[in-house]
Amino acid sequence: MTITDSPVDNGVNVQALLGAKEALSAAPEAAQFTWRASCTWRNGTHSRSTVASFTGLGAEQQHRTTYEFDVDHPECFASEDNGATPVEYVLVALAGCLTAGVASVAQHRGIQLRSVTATIEGDMNVLGILGADPDIRNGFEGVTVRFAIDADAARDDLEALIAQSQKRSAVFDIVTNPTKVLVELA
Amino acid sequence: MMRTTAVVIGAGHAGLAMSRRLTERSIDHVVLERGEVANSWRTERWPSLRLLTPNWQTRLPGYAYAGADPDGFMPVAGVVTTLTRYARLVGAPVRTGTAVRSLRAAPRGFEVQTGDGVIHARSVVVATGACNVPATPGVASEVPAPITTLTPLAYRDPGQLPDGGVLVVGASATGLQLADEIHRSGRPVTLAVGEHVRLPRTYRGRDIFWWLEATGLLAERYDEIDDLTRARHLPSPQLTGATRAAITDLNMVQDQGIRIVGRLGAIADGVAQFSGSLANVCALADLKMNRFLNRADQWATAAGLAGELPPPHRLPPTRVDPRSPLQLDLASGEIATVLWATGFRPDHSWLAIPVLDRTGHIRHDGGVVTGAPGLYALGMPVLRTRASTYIHGAGADSHALAAHLHSFLGAPRR
Repeated sequence: MTITDSPVDNGVNVQALLGAKEALSAAPEAAQFTWRASCTWRNGTHSRSTVASFTGLGAEQQHRTTYEFDVDHPECFASEDNGATPVEYVLVALAGCLTAGVASVAQHRGIQLRSVTATIEGDMNVLGILGADPDIRNGFEGVTVRFAIDADAARDDLEALIAQSQKRSAVFDIVTNPTKVLVELA
Repeated sequence: MMRTTAVVIGAGHAGLAMSRRLTERSIDHVVLERGEVANSWRTERWPSLRLLTPNWQTRLPGYAYAGADPDGFMPVAGVVTTLTRYARLVGAPVRTGTAVRSLRAAPRGFEVQTGDGVIHARSVVVATGACNVPATPGVASEVPAPITTLTPLAYRDPGQLPDGGVLVVGASATGLQLADEIHRSGRPVTLAVGEHVRLPRTYRGRDIFWWLEATGLLAERYDEIDDLTRARHLPSPQLTGATRAAITDLNMVQDQGIRIVGRLGAIADGVAQFSGSLANVCALADLKMNRFLNRADQWATAAGLAGELPPPHRLPPTRVDPRSPLQLDLASGEIATVLWATGFRPDHSWLAIPVLDRTGHIRHDGGVVTGAPGLYALGMPVLRTRASTYIHGAGADSHALAAHLHSFLGAPRR
């Protein structure tokens, strides 16, 4: 794989990613990451979450800056709509993860991207979260992601791009597979 | 203590091919076998299994198939007969009923502890197979107690299963074959599908293994493969060597009335939870199959064969029911048996030399074991080429490793 000869530039440093794959395979303890966020209640359904640091590569790592996220419910739920709803953050996370994957896989496969737009929708029957019908789950009934991609590549290659992006995506795995969750009092 | 130049552990196709190579080079050796020749085939395979590769491809050093059905697929009993005859043909010095308890480094070589005494050897070839132990996932321990669980090593035929539904976990060649056979016995089958490899049994009038060989795919070397770890852990292609109209993809599986669901992710309070990735793993397999068929077509055209072969065609995409369930209550009584067709791993528990990686596989460079001069591995997936996964791959692999072993013996001693 000779990336250096390729004129394709999606702004992804594939060499660094391939180097990391090799280095972390040899030193698996450095591959163990812990991601974290903290969330503070403001008022009503409004909260503010911050993301500043994570653990990985055997050390504490800092983001370039502290990121803040307002979370709230919309006005039609009698809330103040100070931010996106939690379920919309899930959609943001999935779309962001898949899009990062599309760019990385395209770089690796020598596909120059001109534009990529993902439209993501999650269908939900709120009778579940309202506790009105025990047969309806709280979460999404299903999620649909539609990618519009402008690139010099055949449709089959673009299909392969989005398929590979799903295969390597952390959030796709988180959304499609069960995860053990422990919630406890500090 | 007995002394010999080389010890080959395992009298399957790989160990016997190596024995033949060592004999060609007049290298004194013994082949140690825990049971009889072709032991795994005798004792650990279900009777309806046939090789995925056609008979004409079942060739070993000094042996080529000469039977009446070169395009057929050898049943397990035929493999046992073939390997037993091959052992005699090449005069392999096999010690049957001699299990290896441990292998350790020793001055000027290795010490092999067997149930029948200790053998010192300058060189050792590990040919014990890639499929010794079922690789069952962690969730296996969460299956509710009244449900029967078994692995393909213990499976013989549907008659040994209780009546009722069967959850087959895994959609490799093994998973598809057993799902089909069990479903035909009247037990409704649900098949949990993760990443898999889809290939048609025949394409443009030729067996798929003809294409895999002709296009050069099977000859791809381990040091030329982009993602070797992935290549070595690829599930077996969804093929069967059956003579009747064989089930070879998930569309045929569903036509039989077998239900497909996503990869088994967890079992919580007796409820099996399946991944929502089913559509994507099917899309990946379809895309990959079509990439190979494109390559096959390009090769046929370049080779001037396009005119004499039937025209190219493509199979319909894998159908995925958007309503396929994400959960299945194992305690409801609907499922009586869970069958783990989730792959195998080698058993290296007897290896007292630190040559294993963190996943328990031998670290090696094309079969030359890393950090243990004189130690070799043979008969493992993509050992030296993609053909290494199949019986005929042992021919070229044993040739190369015997040459390496020979020059190792001639090198100045440490």
